[in-house]
Amino acid sequence: MIAILLIVQIWLLSAALESFLSGKLHTALSAAIFSGVMFLICLGLYAFVDRVDSEVRGSGNGG
Amino acid sequence: MNWLRRGSSEPLWKEEFSVRTADERYVTRRQLTKFLVLTSLGMFVGNIWILIRSIFYKAPIYPHQPVAQLGEIPVGGVKLFSYPTKEDHCIMIRTAEDEYVSYSQKCTHLSCAVYYSQAENRLECPCHKGFFSIKDGAVLQGPPSRPLPRIVLEARGEQLVAIEVKA
Repeated sequence: MIAILLIVQIWLLSAALESFLSGKLHTALSAAIFSGVMFLICLGLYAFVDRVDSEVRGSGNGG
Repeated sequence: MNWLRRGSSEPLWKEEFSVRTADERYVTRRQLTKFLVLTSLGMFVGNIWILIRSIFYKAPIYPHQPVAQLGEIPVGGVKLFSYPTKEDHCIMIRTAEDEYVSYSQKCTHLSCAVYYSQAENRLECPCHKGFFSIKDGAVLQGPPSRPLPRIVLEARGEQLVAIEVKA
């Protein structure tokens, strides 16, 4: 899931750069917002994985 | 003194810290996720950078520079010049008796120099076969995704003056 979001973010960055270089400045804001949202989702997923990992290790050590 | 000699050919530190190579190279789920999230942060920062550049973008002021004499080049002929700086090479084509068009000579794909193909009536990039329209610099074919920047020309008396670059 994170990898898919990352691929979309890479595409978004290249599209935003392409637009900027061709003089279309209005696309930068929406691209930045979408990219930020995707980063937050990635961060949330990381927190989830981190928590699950900790729980698994915790129960592993305890058992 | 034979009892002091080690039997193994491995270095001493490997014997004392016996971690398996596979374990050394093992990337945990957490490490991989952290790496992906950091890359995601990098993409976000890149987008923010573009946004900041867009907000503080100032339209450049172009000099007015005579680039050719009227009638200097024949119909279908080409003249190369530099505008707005010496490093920015441009191409001018006389498409009709009283019609001139001019574009940046740098291909928008990988900056190869484009040339005018009179037979096909288009601008062609020899590197990756990117073709551009002579009318407005739009991409006709090939890998370039942006049109060629157009040099705005103005006739002043007997001179053609470049006044602006339009991306």
